[in-house]
Amino acid sequence: MTPDFEYVRELPCPDGPLLLRGNHLVPDADGTLHPTRRPVSAVCQCGKSGIPPWCDGTHKLVASARKRAAEGGER
Amino acid sequence: MLDHVGSAIFVESPTPDAGRAGNAPLPEPRGELSRALFAALRNGDPWQDASPAADSDEDAQIALWVLYELHYHGLASVPAEREWDPDLLRLRRTLEAEFEERLRSRVPALDGKPHDPVQQLIDLIEGHPGASISRFVQRQADAGQVRELLRHRSIYHLKEADPTAWVVPRLGVRSKAALMELQYDEYGAGDPNRLHHQLFRRGLAESGLCTRYGYYIDEAPVEILEINNAMSLFGLHRRLRGAVLGHLAAFEATSTSPSRWLAHGLRRLGLGESLVEYYTEHVEADAVHEQLALRTICSAFHAEEPDEWPTVLLGAFSCLDLEDRYAQRMLTRWGAL
Repeated sequence: MTPDFEYVRELPCPDGPLLLRGNHLVPDADGTLHPTRRPVSAVCQCGKSGIPPWCDGTHKLVASARKRAAEGGER
Repeated sequence: MLDHVGSAIFVESPTPDAGRAGNAPLPEPRGELSRALFAALRNGDPWQDASPAADSDEDAQIALWVLYELHYHGLASVPAEREWDPDLLRLRRTLEAEFEERLRSRVPALDGKPHDPVQQLIDLIEGHPGASISRFVQRQADAGQVRELLRHRSIYHLKEADPTAWVVPRLGVRSKAALMELQYDEYGAGDPNRLHHQLFRRGLAESGLCTRYGYYIDEAPVEILEINNAMSLFGLHRRLRGAVLGHLAAFEATSTSPSRWLAHGLRRLGLGESLVEYYTEHVEADAVHEQLALRTICSAFHAEEPDEWPTVLLGAFSCLDLEDRYAQRMLTRWGAL
């Protein structure tokens, strides 16, 4: 059946996590595999999460800090 | 009977009534309108057009809260039939018109036809200045202040995600499927033990607070009433369906770091692992939900109904603004501002 709507299993978010739908095994930096445990999971892409391999929103703080540093440099 | 002002410690299991949803107690009135309204509800009297008008925002908001609660779990000692009483609906329409006008008057000028609607929402959320209750809890708050915060938050968190759920029948296919993907997680993905308002209930019980739905309504400041009533206003009006989704996006997108800070503060104060677990669950869940709310739900809604985008912005701004007003009040009260 050709789907009427796009619905992907993996959805990268710009400047953010990779969303995974369904059951996956996700490695952390040490190579340990973590099973997903919710319908949609957010996998950290910035490397700074406090709960790897899952996103905890730290990427937003990283981006803000980078932006502030850039603005400070311009003054 | 235990003192409900919060100094009592309740010893009860998190599910004393096997998870059955209790109704809210009828609150204390806060002015002439609520006095007359609550008396009429308690006594089973019809609501008269000549009844008093609200004599303050607080009086109007507590009356509106009670009228909305008729649609959730009802009020103790008020017959269920009053949910659709035309005289009460007429009163509610007057209160809602004034409230909606006030919410709209606070929204700054925003482009109703943005080139990149998701980025516009992100910019609105990230650009909104806000005092931070969660930072205060992380670093400085004492146990009494945190318990006060929890009593206020319980008015919403014991019905978490329910006001959003009103909008489901009103959406197109893509936005409906996307919203249900988020809501499914909010409701524990089918597991009642993981359902978010049950997690909060467990947290309350472990902290020595009462888990009865609506129990702490009398000490809720007007800012808490507005936060809750805004969600019900948006959810119960098809015309405001966009505002539910905008509100959801702002709500989810301002959750992860605050939840983490709240969890740290709760651990620092030793207020029980269940409550810490509620907030750590939210760090992980809302890191997902904020992306879904922006990139699948709101974007789908914009594709389906671009003319409704200004209402989405009303919802998003109201979420940020109402939370900020509450934060200003509490941080001032706690001497942190």
